[in-house]
Amino acid sequence: MTAKQARQHIVKLLNKTARLDGRGFTEYRKPISIEYNISKSAEGSARVQIGETIVLAGVKMEIGQPYPDTPNQGGLMVGAELLPLSNPDFESGPPGIQAIELGRVVDRAIREAKAIDVEKLCITEGELCWVVSIDICTLNDAGNLFDAAALAALAALKNAKLPERDGKKIDYKKLTDEKLPIQRLPISVTVCKIADKFLVDPTNEEEEVIDARLTVAFMENGEICAMQKGGDMALTLADIEQMISIAAEKSNELRVVLDAD
Amino acid sequence: MTYSKRSDGRKFDELREMEAKVGVIKRADGSAMFKIGKTTAYCAVYGPRNLYPKFLQNPLKGTLRVNYSMMPFSGSGNRVKPGPNRRAREISLVIEKAITPVLDLGEFPNSVIDIFIELPQTDAGTRCAGICAASMALADAGLAMTDLVAAVSVGRVDDKVVVDLCYDEEAYPDGPVADVPIAMLPNSGKISLLQMDGEISNEQLVKALKMGEVACKQIYEVQKAALKDKYKSTGDED
Repeated sequence: MTAKQARQHIVKLLNKTARLDGRGFTEYRKPISIEYNISKSAEGSARVQIGETIVLAGVKMEIGQPYPDTPNQGGLMVGAELLPLSNPDFESGPPGIQAIELGRVVDRAIREAKAIDVEKLCITEGELCWVVSIDICTLNDAGNLFDAAALAALAALKNAKLPERDGKKIDYKKLTDEKLPIQRLPISVTVCKIADKFLVDPTNEEEEVIDARLTVAFMENGEICAMQKGGDMALTLADIEQMISIAAEKSNELRVVLDAD
Repeated sequence: MTYSKRSDGRKFDELREMEAKVGVIKRADGSAMFKIGKTTAYCAVYGPRNLYPKFLQNPLKGTLRVNYSMMPFSGSGNRVKPGPNRRAREISLVIEKAITPVLDLGEFPNSVIDIFIELPQTDAGTRCAGICAASMALADAGLAMTDLVAAVSVGRVDDKVVVDLCYDEEAYPDGPVADVPIAMLPNSGKISLLQMDGEISNEQLVKALKMGEVACKQIYEVQKAALKDKYKSTGDED
């Protein structure tokens, strides 16, 4: 089947209010689940599953020096790897543009929500600070890596504990009971547009044929802290309004999963 | 000096607790998870599929490619930089050689079988866990194989010969250590991976390899059980 035929088929179904897997337009696949502490090597880790999509995230903590322009703040880094084991189309090698975008979109939500109080990561002003690295690894890409990756990153942060430290030396074998200074948990939801229809949680087949997507990150108070528009087609203001309102509603559902522990 | 008690309380010939499962990565043609102690390996097999760029194709036999990689948060110390390094590339090579004897690559001219191994957590023995997972994933992919491959590291810690060294033992500070990762084709008893670093006597090595043979047979049973488990009836149908 060519891409054009696939698109025609999907659009035809959408016009009959149907999706390939029988879901409603704004219905996430099941299960949506989080398993914490899946890597004993990391200071915090989580495995998120949405339908058949599985993403792992891990937090590593190191000691570094604050940047000269923010001498009282620690560091935060988010990286994403589209592992070739998770999708036959992903190739080995340095991160491609897809992986870079994924990492940056997840990073932006966490950074802009001020999810972590980076000032509390500072140990000695201008000299010593914690550097928190979140790495996202895809295990099975069955679509919607954006939402799964964002959720996994937050879950791993929630799960993380500071290791024991003596000056610049870290004893990774011993974790303290001290958690990361988390102050907000931004939830990201991606809404896709195919023809004139809006849907969430796309499968691989749907992702292939989308016109546009919009990832929106919400804080607990409902305010938006980050967005990313993707896809080849432009959106009208009315489209954007509708996509944001769908995302806002669905973010509550994901938040319940994250809060459930 | 004597090493009287193992750091995790195991007997000297005892493997760490194992867990194995196949079909864990739905998009792959075959996949498996193999966990031993705190070392976890995931493996996905893709192929046989066309090999590109085309000049890499071999019209006489298929190509086996192994890609071993530690996730950035999987090291016991600092973050591991993503991407291949010299260590990962060498391990990929020896895993490929460990697995090749059970496959008939002549069946797949011009094609490639890709094996991807990823480790989310590690506590020594990663190449062996990777080999165990990979051979299960190949079987899960339905490829014709003459045998599975089971792998474990053996060696000596101070005065004792041990099986399945964990990280604390590899880094034992108070005496000589030898780490000998081996892979075995359980039905023929042949060895397809053999490396060693450290110090060991001839007698100790022979003893260690014999203990490794017994351990590989135990691993083999775990691998077989996981493969059979996938096809176990749920009880709902006849």
